Amino acid sequence: MKTLESILSVHPFFVNLESKYMALITGCASNVRFEAGEFIHRQGEEANSFCIIRQGKVALQVCPPHKNPVTVQTVSDGEILGWAWLVPPYHWQFDAQAVELTRAIVLDGKCLRNKCNEDHTLGYELLSRLLPIVGQTMEATRIQLLDLYGARS
Amino acid sequence: MNPISTSPMTPSLYTVKKKIAESHDTFSLDLAPRDGSPLITFQPGQFNMLYAFGVGEVPISISGPAPGTSGLIHTIREVGNVTRALHQLKKGATLGLRGPFGSSWPIEEARGKDVVIIAGGIGLAPLRPVIYKLLEQRNQFGNIALLYGTREPNDLLFTKEFEIWRGKYGIQVKITVDTADSNWRGNVGVVTTSIARVSFEPAHTIAMICGPEIMMRYAVLEMKRRGVSEDHIYMTMERNMKCAIGFCGHCQFGPAFICKDGPVFRYDKVKHFFGIREI
Repeated sequence: MKTLESILSVHPFFVNLESKYMALITGCASNVRFEAGEFIHRQGEEANSFCIIRQGKVALQVCPPHKNPVTVQTVSDGEILGWAWLVPPYHWQFDAQAVELTRAIVLDGKCLRNKCNEDHTLGYELLSRLLPIVGQTMEATRIQLLDLYGARS
Repeated sequence: MNPISTSPMTPSLYTVKKKIAESHDTFSLDLAPRDGSPLITFQPGQFNMLYAFGVGEVPISISGPAPGTSGLIHTIREVGNVTRALHQLKKGATLGLRGPFGSSWPIEEARGKDVVIIAGGIGLAPLRPVIYKLLEQRNQFGNIALLYGTREPNDLLFTKEFEIWRGKYGIQVKITVDTADSNWRGNVGVVTTSIARVSFEPAHTIAMICGPEIMMRYAVLEMKRRGVSEDHIYMTMERNMKCAIGFCGHCQFGPAFICKDGPVFRYDKVKHFFGIREI
């Protein structure tokens, strides 16, 4: 059976991170499982953790008033769920709901945030790994906004 | 391009054998020659000019044969006068057909390699014959991935075929939509985000991309980021086509005519024109 450290150390987000930081991060990690339909976090809640999805699918949703929730993105195997834990004001902007049975590694974002404040090298490492994910998501969002496939007839 | 028995400007008469509703605004016509002559042969990626009598002519990619159809399938999105007239045709109706025209997808070049097919919206239609061609000789190709995106779940085409492609032939099929309500169990996000979710060996991969031009631009960018070389990326270009034989100039794209030199182009051959506003 693989240990959390062995899983995390080969994940693209953590690859080549110094071993002392890897040990620290592993200490903040635990395995979790979300049933289909279960909410992982809700919009407005404090963002004190984040997940690495091992298997499954999570929908990021926004719920317009008097309307059904709209899914704006799904996150699946190997991907990172959430960066609000590292960006003030540390609140989730979307609901996150498991679409199917989802296994993940959850990391204590609040603890890591504090460690980043104490050790700026760690802070730089994590931010420089998070920024490309934020950038890719922003690029994808811009493409979505273009409504590529044309207006309704 | 296949030889055309009559003048390329003279349509042959075809009969609608079957009309298939593919989505709320898209349908397929299964066509056969009215005089019972053999079906024309075509290469995946080629198109025909379909003529709705008294209304006009439009270029439509050939999207099949496919299971349950007799032959020449054209998948059409109802967006204008001619496509609306084609939509009103019933089984047994007659229309004019010229073709096939244009270049084709590089099936031979893909032999022995991984193949990544990226389709957006109705862009899956011209790629469907590629998929069936690959499936005919599945063991001659490496990993095959189909990444398909639409605006909403009810825009998806050929949905019944996805499971067969996935289950029977081991194709990695990743479907995604730009937006969905909470009843949708699949992926939400732009089609380019699916590229990271499939396995292929970038140095030995042929990519075939068809969809809105902006989607193709970002898909090319992402494939290049992943290490696929420009001469292994193919795409279809779309411009207003009239004559389909490189005569009228309506579909000029830089030094090329889409109808004659395309619609399938190798990326490195058109990259200097691709994305230029005025072209």
